[in-house]
Amino acid sequence: MTLMTTQTTSAPTAAETPKKVRRRPEGSSAVLVGRPGFVWALPATLFFALFAIAPLIMVAVLSFMSWNGLGSPQWVGTDNWNRILDDPVMINSIWLTLLLTALGVAIQTPLSIVLGVWAAGHQRNRAVLSAIYFIPLLLSSTAVSVLWRALLDPNFGIPARATWLFGDGNLFGKQATAIGVLAFVSTWQFTPFHTLIYQGAARAIPDVLYQAAEIDGAGRYRQFFHITLPQLRNSMITSMILMIVGGLTTFETVLILTQGGPGTDTTISAYYMYQKAFKSFDFGAGSAIALCLVVAATIISLIVVRVSGYDKMRSDMEGVS
Amino acid sequence: MRRRPNYLAGAGSLVWLLFVGLPLYVLLAATLRTREDYAKNGPVSWPDTFTLHNYTGAFDSGFGQYFFNTLLVTVCVVGIVLALVPPLAYAIVRSRSRVTSQIFRLFLLGLAIPAQAVIVPMFYLISEAGLYDNLLGVILPTAAFCLPMSALILSGAMRDISSELFEAMAMDGASPRRMFFQLVVPLSRGGLSTIVVFSALQAWNGFLFPLVLTQSDSTKVVTLGLYNFQTEHGVDIPGLLGAVTLSMVPVLLVYLFARRALVQGLMGVGGK
Repeated sequence: MTLMTTQTTSAPTAAETPKKVRRRPEGSSAVLVGRPGFVWALPATLFFALFAIAPLIMVAVLSFMSWNGLGSPQWVGTDNWNRILDDPVMINSIWLTLLLTALGVAIQTPLSIVLGVWAAGHQRNRAVLSAIYFIPLLLSSTAVSVLWRALLDPNFGIPARATWLFGDGNLFGKQATAIGVLAFVSTWQFTPFHTLIYQGAARAIPDVLYQAAEIDGAGRYRQFFHITLPQLRNSMITSMILMIVGGLTTFETVLILTQGGPGTDTTISAYYMYQKAFKSFDFGAGSAIALCLVVAATIISLIVVRVSGYDKMRSDMEGVS
Repeated sequence: MRRRPNYLAGAGSLVWLLFVGLPLYVLLAATLRTREDYAKNGPVSWPDTFTLHNYTGAFDSGFGQYFFNTLLVTVCVVGIVLALVPPLAYAIVRSRSRVTSQIFRLFLLGLAIPAQAVIVPMFYLISEAGLYDNLLGVILPTAAFCLPMSALILSGAMRDISSELFEAMAMDGASPRRMFFQLVVPLSRGGLSTIVVFSALQAWNGFLFPLVLTQSDSTKVVTLGLYNFQTEHGVDIPGLLGAVTLSMVPVLLVYLFARRALVQGLMGVGGK
């Protein structure tokens, strides 16, 4: 992430000095002297292959097998797939996942842009306030969810004290309010993070642009819409993709805040996968759902790699194709 | 040079302060009051009573052991990451081998693998390896999932080392190993501290792997302890929030003393 932001924010300046750093002359004497071989990368690669790539392949295989956690898995063909695709809870969980992800992007993007641009100013009060704004990031997802579960407790929490606002005070009892709680808590938890992205990007916008706009008589709001927002475009893409990947894999929040309820009204895909596998011991169906998550996340990350130019970075810096 | 104060922004920043600050106030206030006080006066009121019982209570219900387990997991994960990632990043940045480019691609794709996606086969693998309900079974996958982002962070830091320095060392006939220890490692200290903080946070805040790969009290980590406390003593909210507060103390300390590294490490967290 650190890189992603520096990469995107430095894009404007990189564009101003074209091609200078592109390729080092191949003739330079040290091209191949003292270069490490790929063996340096092997220990990490083997470790990663064993504990991340192998399970990823296995999840695909297990999605065609039946396994209850004991004994050995049995081949059952497409049975798991037929079952989950016929399962109304599963179909519903996909819509809920998409809804929550879309809500997250729609609420957090404008908020974090405004806060990030605001925090990018160098005034003293802003530094102090942004230090406080930053605190939710210090809590784990578990701690955040446990905290909000306690704050919104139907009997002892804030809603029970403010029935004029919250009706019966049980926000977890209806689908609409339960979804609202999930979106609200993720806003509380993740907006500071995206604010940091935009703060970094906003600070990197050259002052000259604002000075020029000032001379042309553009006011604060015109400057925001005509200079700041266009300059934040790359960070917006980065931040939104992170929100989407984060939204697709939301798990702790649902487990601790709503347990997928009321009924299955907030059972999103990642939580349903956990339930299928580790509560109903239907590991085959769980794997099939997991595979759907991987495919979605991979497609999105391929977009990340394309958009941010990660894969080109190496050749830019080193002159290797 | 300018200009009239931006009242709208000022008002907005105060609203946001309330939004962020109120829950944190309730969190702190609740941990310092008795359960009866909290139930009677509600979460937002100023505490009538003062007690540290909520913190000591957390230790009585086993959080001492959980903290120790979490610390052990964190130290081991950081150790594995520090052993594996610097050579990897060095190869990514300096090697001319095609294999290394492919390896780098693999790690870039690895950025996109969510832990949720591999949890079923991970359970299978760890059980087969006889590591179920063993902290080592939590440490290994947690460390593996720190690798892609750490590799990316550290190779970024290593790219900033000027190639003239490498060339100068090559002129002196330095081997890749000598360049690594005498040039690369000392000059990428910033990147190293970022990956330490990043992987420590991942390990400290990790929940999913411990949730499905451990079960007994002796292998429980803090996040899992919070979750269990909530399901078992859900009504003892001040006690619960005391445990939540304790769980964030170490991170808060890092925040106070190594803010820069923490922010960079956190930015890595969001990349998952």
